[in-house]
Amino acid sequence: MLELLQYQFMQNAVLASILGGVSCSIIGVFVVTMEIPFLGVSMSHSAFAGGILGLLLGIDPFAMALLFCLLSALLIGPVADKADFNPDMAVGIIFSIMLGLAFLFLAMIPGPKTEALSLIWGSILTVSRKDIVVMGIIAFIVMALLALFFKEIQAVIFDREIAASVGIPERPIYYGILFLSGAIIAANLNTIGGLLIFSLVINPAAAAYQLTYSLRNMFFLSGAFGVLSCFLGLFFSYIFNFPTGAVIIIVSSLIFFLCLIFSPKKRVKGVNIR
Amino acid sequence: MSVVVDIQNVTVSYRESVALRSISLRIEEGALVSVAGPNGAGKTTLLTAINGLGRVLQGSVSVFGTKMAGRTATGIRKEIGYVPQMLSIDVRMPMKVEEAVMLGRYGRIGFFKRPSPRDREIVSDVVDLIGIRDLLSRPIGHLSGGEQKKVAIARALAQEPRILLLDEPISDLDISAQQTILNLIDRIHEQKRLTTVLVMHHLSLLPGNCSRMILLKDTKVVFDGSVEDALNEDVLSRLYGCRLEIIKTEHGVIVQAKVNA
Repeated sequence: MLELLQYQFMQNAVLASILGGVSCSIIGVFVVTMEIPFLGVSMSHSAFAGGILGLLLGIDPFAMALLFCLLSALLIGPVADKADFNPDMAVGIIFSIMLGLAFLFLAMIPGPKTEALSLIWGSILTVSRKDIVVMGIIAFIVMALLALFFKEIQAVIFDREIAASVGIPERPIYYGILFLSGAIIAANLNTIGGLLIFSLVINPAAAAYQLTYSLRNMFFLSGAFGVLSCFLGLFFSYIFNFPTGAVIIIVSSLIFFLCLIFSPKKRVKGVNIR
Repeated sequence: MSVVVDIQNVTVSYRESVALRSISLRIEEGALVSVAGPNGAGKTTLLTAINGLGRVLQGSVSVFGTKMAGRTATGIRKEIGYVPQMLSIDVRMPMKVEEAVMLGRYGRIGFFKRPSPRDREIVSDVVDLIGIRDLLSRPIGHLSGGEQKKVAIARALAQEPRILLLDEPISDLDISAQQTILNLIDRIHEQKRLTTVLVMHHLSLLPGNCSRMILLKDTKVVFDGSVEDALNEDVLSRLYGCRLEIIKTEHGVIVQAKVNA
């Protein structure tokens, strides 16, 4: 593995796995604690639809993916609030719209659709330096915002009504969390792919959720599991010559099941079990 | 006494129905007001109209002389402690009780700042006042309903509020905890002259300092006056639509439904 690091594509892949692993698993904490598990799926399909439209119109697919994700993120919060839905219901509606658009745009692309389909699977081994820079910038922004607004985010995760009642502007914070999630997913679409990114969002955070009652620790653990999943995924995919994205997901799922089995929370009995 | 809450001809909706209709009332600084009425009368909605979380369709709500709207409302809410009826907290919620109380300070602390030693001191004092020091390191989702109520009251007091809104604060509590919380409400009111609006179903357990009673029925105020006048068999029987009797004892009154009535 070490000698492989002299190759630029492998350096890029390792950097991408650190950045992707950390940023996806950080937004995973939002998704898991706020119980909107399908946010990842919805966002990845928005990115997919945007990416295909980009290909169709000859505009940078990444920029279009980002735009679509951000638009979806802007819609989910207000749709859920206006329609008085559980946010997951709004996520479902946005998901179906985006899936419809993605297939529509896909049908409109003339000839073979290889490039469009690569957005679904992604490829960590073909990440460019430009992708890394964008991923790095977005990961940095997300971590900086998380550090700056940690207590407000913590309050909104706990309960939106309580957060509002103590004088926190909960709506901008809540919509901001959804918006950041959209940005992260768009930034990682190239690397991990629209379908597999869902697992990298959910699994590390769900694993961390099994181990700690501290939100701060949950962010750290989730980030560590995300990076570990990507590293081990890269390593095993190289050894066994398997698709990288698929191995990353299998590793992250294994980490989740290990945490579930050894979770100290398993012994919890009593109130409000859902 | 200055008026701290001024509600003028307010209609508030809850989802598609009107939950409060054309209500007007004023609450003076330092008052302890109890609100009662049948289920669905609009008691909780009245509290959310005061702190600006309810959807006001008509009329105006002013708190401390400022109209509750938009960003101004967010600022004013820092000074209004609110204890909602019930929260459904996931048992795995990654938050300890101490953080859940500190959360009450977050609005006051403001953006980009961490809790200061002064904030920790305030939280520590409130924790002792409510008597939840032994719960501090427990995960918030592991508490019983009554314990969560105490934490919610502690969080509201940690705000150092000028108005305290309590929605059925003793409904999940055992008899001893009910007494503790009611004595606490009385004591805080006495010590701090904190304006308090209390939604209560247990009319026999009204805090001693409560001087005013607002009775709601079918989204309207049907009575607004002294506790003595409110605790009247005819008034309460009309309010709840069943025959009630009031037994006066040396410790207070007992309100109960008349058997076979």
